[in-house]
Amino acid sequence: MRVTQGCFSFLPDLTDAQITAQVQYCLDKGWAVNIEFTDDPHPRNTYWDMWGLPMFDLRDAAGIMKELAECRRVYGDRYIRISGFDSSHGWESVRISFIVNRPREEPGFRLDRQESNGRNIRYSTHAYAAGRPEGERYGGS
Amino acid sequence: MTRAAAEPAKTEVAPVDAIDLRKEFEAVDIASVLAQLDKDLIGLVPVKTRLREIASLLLIERIRQKMALATTFPTLHMSFTGNPGTGKTTVALRMAGILHRLGFVRRGHVISVTRDDLVGQYIGHTAPKTKEILKKAMGGVLFIDEAYYLYRPENERDYGQEAIEILLQIMESQREDLVVILAGYGDRMEKFFQSNPGFRSRIAHHIDFPDYSDTELLAIAELMLDEQNYRFAPDARDAFVKYIAARKTQPLFSNARSIRNALDRIRLRQANRLVSTLDRILTSDDVMSIEAGDVLASRVFSGEATLEKRART
Repeated sequence: MRVTQGCFSFLPDLTDAQITAQVQYCLDKGWAVNIEFTDDPHPRNTYWDMWGLPMFDLRDAAGIMKELAECRRVYGDRYIRISGFDSSHGWESVRISFIVNRPREEPGFRLDRQESNGRNIRYSTHAYAAGRPEGERYGGS
Repeated sequence: MTRAAAEPAKTEVAPVDAIDLRKEFEAVDIASVLAQLDKDLIGLVPVKTRLREIASLLLIERIRQKMALATTFPTLHMSFTGNPGTGKTTVALRMAGILHRLGFVRRGHVISVTRDDLVGQYIGHTAPKTKEILKKAMGGVLFIDEAYYLYRPENERDYGQEAIEILLQIMESQREDLVVILAGYGDRMEKFFQSNPGFRSRIAHHIDFPDYSDTELLAIAELMLDEQNYRFAPDARDAFVKYIAARKTQPLFSNARSIRNALDRIRLRQANRLVSTLDRILTSDDVMSIEAGDVLASRVFSGEATLEKRART
């Protein structure tokens, strides 16, 4: 099952040229662009691991694309996303975030239903991949 | 057009066989860039010649692209060598703008760094530091002033070497994203290149900045004054010609920088002269003009006398 989160995730995967254009848009807006990766696809997993340091004061997307290539080389079997952080007053938050790399196989999620008091039902989702230890979930690196 | 018909180009525009050179020339607007350079920079013939060559290359590359011929991105890394005050830094800062207008770099910003910004203080500190700077410079120009400080042969464990290696790697692999300009005094840069042969071969343009002639220095002085809305009175101009000749014979003469410093001191003396007589009406002409006395009061002329005196004793 294809994980959809962040911008553009219902579109076909972005090409590198398209990613470059999006990154350049972020830089032109003055946002700090970061690269993050994870192998826990649960939608509530908001804190992904960061690749290197946040990249402030860049003017051109080439530097970020170089880091992305490096990140893909090391964590090519995981989810990688790019986010743009707007530090201007009033925003001070992530303005854009999109997935730029995903595992070859995405096994999807299991839905658990728990019968509780009365007729209430509690739902929880488990990523099939999360059954294995971190780092080995998508074929290992 | 027969070749184009045989193997259709992937782009929508079919390759053309003939191109109006003048039209292309005007489209890129090279002429105005070069004219601006000629106006703003005095002397520096080798630099201007090289820039003209680079500009012509760009034009031809564009035309080749339109004709669907093989194009390779030219190596634009440069090394500026020359004596103090010959305009290395000035040209380097300007180069980014020129390359941007000519379409060689995408953003046209300059990141100006020295050894401190590239080399770390402990093991493992240098690589991230250098890479960070390189990332910032992508799409523009990385200007490394006093580049020979990067390499310190007297210290075996110096981290400068690590920075040099990363720099060389990026200079080779990301030529399209980044132009590196090294600058430094001639003899020390020569030593630097000797101990890092990889650098010399990766830099396409070694430009030597010649010393300015007396007339060029005078023209520079007048340009500087003009920018600050000052001007020489006719006799002050003659005095300044004498000043240049005298200053050149003295030690630590650093071309245009010495001229700028001299002008700063002359402005001080002019202000002092004006303020010394308070009871009068000043015209803008008075405030703008520099008199011979302002120039002749310089230490350089009295220094000449003391030197002679010293020679006599």
